[in-house]
Amino acid sequence: MAGALQDWKLQKKPFVAIATAPVFWLILFFVAPMAIVWLYSFGQNAGPADIDISGTLDNYKRATEWLYLSIFLKSFAVAALTTLICLIVGFPVAMAITFAAPKWRPWMLLGIMLPFWTNLLIRTYALMALMGTNGYMNKGLGGLWEGASWFRTLVGMQPLEAWTPVQLLYNNFAVVLGLVYVHLPFMVLPLYSALDRLDKSLIEASLDLGAGHFKTFMKVVVPLAAPGIVAGVMITLIPALGAYLTPDLMGGTDSQMIANVIERQFKRANDWPFGAALSFLLIYAMFILIALQSMRANKVKEAR
Amino acid sequence: MTETKQPIIQIRNVSKRFGKVTAVDNVSLDILAGEFFVLLGPSGCGKTTLLRMIAGFEMPTEGQIIIDGQDMSLVPPNKRPVNMVFQSYAVFPHMNVTDNVGYGLRIAGVGKAEIRERVQEALELVKLGGFEDRMPDQMSGGQRQRVALARSLVMRPKVLLLDEPLSALDAKLRAQMQFELSELQEKVGITFVTVTHDQDEALSMACRIAVVNKGEIAQLAPPSDLYEYPANRFVADFVGSVNIFEGKLTLDEPDRAAVECPGLGKVYLNHGVTGPHGADVWVALRPEKIYLHVPGEGKAIRAAAQDAPEGHNLARGTIKGMSYLGDITLYEIQLEGGQMIRVSRPNLSRHDQEDFTWDDKVSMHWRADSPVVLLS
Amino acid sequence: MFGRSAPIAPLEYTRKLWMRSWVGLTLLFLYAPLLVLMIFSFNDSKRNVVWKGFTLKYYEKALNNDSLVEAMVNSLTIAFLATIVSLVIGALAAVMLWRFRFPLKGLVEGTISLPIIVPEICLGVAFLIFFAKVDWPTDLAWPLNLSAITIAHITFCFPFVAMVVRARLASFNKEEEEAAKDLGATEWQAFRDVLLPHIKPGLIAGALLAFTLSLDDFVITFFTSGPDTITFPVKVYSMVRFSVTPEVNAASTILIVLTVILTFIALKLQGVKGIAQTH
Repeated sequence: MAGALQDWKLQKKPFVAIATAPVFWLILFFVAPMAIVWLYSFGQNAGPADIDISGTLDNYKRATEWLYLSIFLKSFAVAALTTLICLIVGFPVAMAITFAAPKWRPWMLLGIMLPFWTNLLIRTYALMALMGTNGYMNKGLGGLWEGASWFRTLVGMQPLEAWTPVQLLYNNFAVVLGLVYVHLPFMVLPLYSALDRLDKSLIEASLDLGAGHFKTFMKVVVPLAAPGIVAGVMITLIPALGAYLTPDLMGGTDSQMIANVIERQFKRANDWPFGAALSFLLIYAMFILIALQSMRANKVKEAR
Repeated sequence: MTETKQPIIQIRNVSKRFGKVTAVDNVSLDILAGEFFVLLGPSGCGKTTLLRMIAGFEMPTEGQIIIDGQDMSLVPPNKRPVNMVFQSYAVFPHMNVTDNVGYGLRIAGVGKAEIRERVQEALELVKLGGFEDRMPDQMSGGQRQRVALARSLVMRPKVLLLDEPLSALDAKLRAQMQFELSELQEKVGITFVTVTHDQDEALSMACRIAVVNKGEIAQLAPPSDLYEYPANRFVADFVGSVNIFEGKLTLDEPDRAAVECPGLGKVYLNHGVTGPHGADVWVALRPEKIYLHVPGEGKAIRAAAQDAPEGHNLARGTIKGMSYLGDITLYEIQLEGGQMIRVSRPNLSRHDQEDFTWDDKVSMHWRADSPVVLLS
Repeated sequence: MFGRSAPIAPLEYTRKLWMRSWVGLTLLFLYAPLLVLMIFSFNDSKRNVVWKGFTLKYYEKALNNDSLVEAMVNSLTIAFLATIVSLVIGALAAVMLWRFRFPLKGLVEGTISLPIIVPEICLGVAFLIFFAKVDWPTDLAWPLNLSAITIAHITFCFPFVAMVVRARLASFNKEEEEAAKDLGATEWQAFRDVLLPHIKPGLIAGALLAFTLSLDDFVITFFTSGPDTITFPVKVYSMVRFSVTPEVNAASTILIVLTVILTFIALKLQGVKGIAQTH
């Protein structure tokens, strides 16, 4: 019905009863802390536990030094790669769920979601255990290696030298794999919900008009699932960009991401103002991503 | 049922504006106790807004609504002596039929035994005996609507409001419910006020119909008057199917009138129209009131001459389209002047539809009491 | 399933072999680490790789590890409290945004969704500074010593509840509420009898989400916890960091099992479909 929203003035009492708690909480425990961080980012250390908010821009200047800029860029690259892999792995899975028999569909979704409900730290730890020098991944690779070696002797060549376990952990590869592992469910769910809304007869129409499966996929499924793809990309990219735990546990000294640098300012280097500035730069980056997405969404809306 | 009827709802100069949009524009009307009243109009004409103002979900911007002698301006919906059957039925999905129907009585604090009795009674009334423990999602749309009806009737309201009650039902069920609703209304004697955009529905159920257009009442009349004596082009066109031709009033006396229509020819009426001489008017002619003749013109001329001067109430044309509908056949005929006219012809015998076919030249006539002259 | 193999229809993508292998491999990727971890928590060996025989001794050790148990109790307490408060605040926020038109609505709406978007690390930092700035006491008795963490958790949990409840509200037929009022119900009665039952699935899903998020959170807790308040993830973190012991496997298995049980309770409450829809 038109005019479904009620004007608060017409129902002041219920409105106040409903709105007070959330608004109060939001201001006191979210806006206020964020505002303090923001102010700190314009400050400098004045003593061991004293910060002088002097309005200086030094922290931001320092953040644009190549050392920090490169970490920003690298974080972005890692997050983007993670998102891309999640998209490639996740799309067929989302398709499979969409076209599964109705009675299987919820269970398949549950299968994707259950890891998402499992503790992040435990999942990371489990993956680390598997990837350790004594872990099963190394064993599997070792098996392949020996197989190859045996094959070489079979065709009369020199056998390969003995398998030495490789270091799979504590490098950039481990970080990306860990991030993919953790974020894959985030990607699959929005993709699924977009594909689920897609009218199946459109695919049938495309096949009926002579397009093959691949053409249909590229020309019909992907464009129509675009909102879901964008949502999935955002929902994966944003947390991956701010990831702390995975690079901290699985990364080496050269695979630090921006969140780790921020953490160091607070827990070790004790340079709170600089940490605050980096935090806000990260938040601004998120805002830019979201603004880009909503601009795109608006364009699509206007085009219609 | 024939005692002198008192108005139970008085709507006095009511307007409703949403921002700049005027949904209801200075409407005044009385709804009589015990009648089946229908608000008929196209979507967006303001009829639903009017109904919701009676129920109390919208407040009039101006004017006054009086129900049973009491000004309703400050009375919230839960205190009004009216109940509503919603378009979506709004049956509470988490309650079974008994709890749904008994909801209002529970709120009112009626005793348990009485609730049980009255719920049972209401369910019998809408023919849902035996469905007491069903949940709404186990019922068809028609059954859910009966639950909504029972839920309102059980409150014994002074007025029952129905918002597009039949729009969600399929055609067969709709026809049956039209009949049942009128029957029910007669049985309980409660005033029914229904909103609909479907003219068949309105004509078949109503005692009186108010046709609403752009927030105003275009005409208020009993069904047959609305159809046979439409007050303006909007009503003529909205209620039923009609051919409308522009013309000039050339003769207007108490017992006869004539209109010269460039598109149709000379139209003669056996009653006066009390319009200014030479004025621009419109002639409305229903398709079923036009007779088709085969072939030649002699028959048509003789038939027309029975109640009209020579050369009046006659037309010639070519059949450009026809659709066989079983009981009748509809013809689209191009008149000699180029305008199209629609004619319907009952299939009185099994072979009647074979009388005419595409591109046949035909002549038509109509009786002098058939055309309606419209001044606006 | 393969026995009666009707020809594969064009849209039966799920029946195609490569699609099945792809899904199978993905699920293997998602579950293998967790399953290996769970299996080897029963392994009678300090090193995780070789199966030496079944034992429960690491469970015994984990359960006798007072600080681990304390961390677990803390985590569950925080999750419980945070869930309840988030549920109330989140539901109120959802109803507020769904129901009313008020000045600065866009701003309020945007701000409510911010805690979902702002990276955990930034939120953690903000709470670290905030609680330091207001001199939040850190030496309170249990469970008050958990108040800072709980407040932080509520802040990032309630927007999720609001989101889920609002999605549920969107499918509410306002005519139902009007029908209740039409039948004599007051504003409050209509809310209690009609709106509340409608959003119940949303509340359950929201509660579940809040509970999981709170139990899961490491980063924000890491920044807000005082020296003496340890939660389960923080404890596991330090154990993983400094000395990997099979106790971690045992403790993790307990938590995984707990998650699965919670999931199945949720399934019982609203069916597989309900769960699928709320995400």
